[in-house]
Amino acid sequence: MKIVKPASAGTLESSDIEIRIEPADESGIEVHLTSSVMQQFGKKIEAVIRGTLEELGVESAYVDAVDKGALDCTVRARTAAAAHRAAEDSNYEWRVKA
Amino acid sequence: MKLRRSMMFVPGNNPGMIRDAAIYGADCLMFDLEDSVAITEKDAARYLVYNALTTIDYSPAEIVVRINDLESGLGIQDLEAIVRARPDVIRLPKTATAKDVTDCEREIERIEKEAGIPVGSTGMMAAIESAEGVLNAPQIALASKRLIGIALGAEDYVTDLKTTRADGTELAFARGMIVNAARMAGIDALDTVYSDVNNEEGFLHEVNIIKKMGFSGKSVINPRQIEPLHRTFRPSQKDIDKALAIMEAIKEANAKGSGVASLKGKMIDKPVVARARYLLELAGIEVDA
Amino acid sequence: MDVTKIKNIDKITYRGVFDAEKSPHKNQPAKASKMLPSIREAIIKSGLKDGMTISFHHHFRNGDYIVNMVLDEIAKLGIKDLTVAASSLASCHAPMIEHIKNGVVTHIETSGMRGDLAEAVSRGLMDTPVVFRSHGGRADAIANGDIHIDVAFLGAPTCDIMGNANGYNRYEENATMCGSLGYAKVDAEFADCVVVITDHIVPYPNTPCGIPAVNVRYIVEVENIGDPNGIMSGATRYTKNPKELMIAKQTAEVIEHSGYFKDGFSMQMGSGGASLATARFLREKMEEQGIHCDFALGGITGQIAEMHEAGLIDKILDVQSFDLRAAESLKNNRFHAQIDGCFYAGYDFVGAAVNALDFVILSALEIDVDYNVNVLTGSDGVIRGAIGGHPDTADGAKMSVVVGPLTRGRIPTIVDHVQTVITPGADVDVVVTDQGVSVNPNRPDIAEKLQQAGIRLYTMEELKERAEKIVGKPDPIKYKDKVVGLALYRDNSIIDVIHEIDESDMSR
Repeated sequence: MKIVKPASAGTLESSDIEIRIEPADESGIEVHLTSSVMQQFGKKIEAVIRGTLEELGVESAYVDAVDKGALDCTVRARTAAAAHRAAEDSNYEWRVKA
Repeated sequence: MKLRRSMMFVPGNNPGMIRDAAIYGADCLMFDLEDSVAITEKDAARYLVYNALTTIDYSPAEIVVRINDLESGLGIQDLEAIVRARPDVIRLPKTATAKDVTDCEREIERIEKEAGIPVGSTGMMAAIESAEGVLNAPQIALASKRLIGIALGAEDYVTDLKTTRADGTELAFARGMIVNAARMAGIDALDTVYSDVNNEEGFLHEVNIIKKMGFSGKSVINPRQIEPLHRTFRPSQKDIDKALAIMEAIKEANAKGSGVASLKGKMIDKPVVARARYLLELAGIEVDA
Repeated sequence: MDVTKIKNIDKITYRGVFDAEKSPHKNQPAKASKMLPSIREAIIKSGLKDGMTISFHHHFRNGDYIVNMVLDEIAKLGIKDLTVAASSLASCHAPMIEHIKNGVVTHIETSGMRGDLAEAVSRGLMDTPVVFRSHGGRADAIANGDIHIDVAFLGAPTCDIMGNANGYNRYEENATMCGSLGYAKVDAEFADCVVVITDHIVPYPNTPCGIPAVNVRYIVEVENIGDPNGIMSGATRYTKNPKELMIAKQTAEVIEHSGYFKDGFSMQMGSGGASLATARFLREKMEEQGIHCDFALGGITGQIAEMHEAGLIDKILDVQSFDLRAAESLKNNRFHAQIDGCFYAGYDFVGAAVNALDFVILSALEIDVDYNVNVLTGSDGVIRGAIGGHPDTADGAKMSVVVGPLTRGRIPTIVDHVQTVITPGADVDVVVTDQGVSVNPNRPDIAEKLQQAGIRLYTMEELKERAEKIVGKPDPIKYKDKVVGLALYRDNSIIDVIHEIDESDMSR
């Protein structure tokens, strides 16, 4: 999946995370995260963002994330939504719940 | 018989409410992708509900997802995601005809097959929100084996009737049709929301009406409505005692190898037992299977 | 008659009303005015010098102007190296940061701290650790001299020209009120010099009063003592938050079946949303079952005042009024009494009111699997709360019930280890969350009663796992070696230390 334009998903409400994804000049994913629970969950949130983008096959992107205490499933949902928007790609692949 | 006294409305694009939905003790949770989600956020809400359902444990609540109608084009996209997240029930909005149900069922079945999900494992319920739907309620209720219930959606319905929400007179016919259609088909009937969350008295008044009419339960928009709703549906102690006596009599009869029991000279037949069992369930009393 | 035979006659140093020349008090005649034109004048007259201790109360909460006004004047006078002994500090006291950096304030004693000042202290602002005491512990320390207050600057909504001060106004409707001056009463009694700062001089006598004139040396009238909106809100609002309501309902049920809910009981409740709602549910149960309460203690809310006026609570012992409704009740109701910090919770004082409590409902930032409670530091290790009367009441009451949501946003409330132990687990009897109740194993009597009533009980381990299942397991907070705060138990022994937080790997 190729990021072609800036796009975002999510809000700054409590328990949400706003993910903004932009095309990056270089390859690789750069994540800039601020979080109300940085000390406790910062690493985890960044790992979930990266993991979600990797699963979607995003190889190059700049991600700006502002977290207000979102759960992992919310981080995943917002990242995926933002990535699809930023890639102008509506081919979703939904996996069956185990 | 599954309890469906309360169906709590959970806006599909609100992570905080999605996270906390489990804790309020609602019988059913209805995650909404339709009216509570802005048109520009349909994709984001779909992702959020999908990820929540595949991650968060909402047991023992029944999981219902309200999709967008198929005509909008969004409904199909919703189904592609949500059926794979394995909810108990898909709620179809704006159901006007039996065909609306079968159209949706066909898509669900296709997705189940594609995804390797046992065909028929996804339940359905239909929300009736128009005069046409109300008049077609019997056909709608019988349209699919997947249907677990039909529900009244009053806001669109009163607009269709060119009236407004008032004291309940405006809904009398629709409620009567829906509850009769549901019971005829052997499924549940669910009443519409009561939107003035701060008016507990008005809410209780409405709950008492629909309970007397035979509804299985009601949609709620605020967790605070669950407790008074369940309290109203709780049977009286007299009825509980009677139901317990019936269950005891049938147990004794079964132990003696007899299928027929009697209590105080009256024969206890199957519907009496079923009613007693349901009543005890409403009272939160566990009975042997 | 030989007056020389009176035992103490040699101690009576002068005789005769006109022998003023020999009087040691000739510069402070009994009828001299206590009124001074400015805070500056009061500071000078008080004899405040480098290294001394000044005190403040926190009855004006986040609307307080006194601390900042006084410290600004002190700084202008060039006085340094002071200890600030406040009953508590709020977000509005952020300007103190500058006075700490300039060496005006070098040590702080308080019950709590919030906002920028607390953030700065947690990041190593001060050279010596802040000493955090409970309300009872502070009262003891002042009474026994551990904290020697040289000058107390006490704000009061009204004062007469003799110095009788009150937290309400009998002469004007809608004037600023704070209700009880309970914590300030201790300072007034034991400080060497007491300066009352008011914005309403009222006719003598301003009685009954919170602070009596005999304790007051100087009075200063200023334009405004504080922001009325920050001092108090009208009536603490009844929560509509469904989670808090669930906790409240469960808490009321726990109390109902605990064995302590019987005619003539006593209680203390907090001002948090869940506590307030609990009061409402308890009231319903009291009315249904015809049970009345002998006394309510502590921080008092309008709900408690209304129950008093409805005849459900005989007496109120009020050390701090939480809202205008409570303050009005203190002003108008004879059996709504204003008590001081020693009366309320002094550990050294046999007969402190907390020891007569049947139950108390308390909140928590964190509770750990050993029932230890933290109300002072956030889950990120930063100071953002106050000890208050937590350990005093938890230890004093026959049953302590700590209430809180299982998680706050992504932060679990139930954890392996609290950041800071404020109330030890031994003092905590029941924990009520929105997702389950736990009873301390050292209270099998309560557990048995609750189980008999059909209340399902969980271990703290189970509640902790439930929380972690929802939010995940947080990474441990990193701290530096430097100690920035000491947390004292109600007997003023050190129960925990607070370290400077280490954010070095967060600056990416």
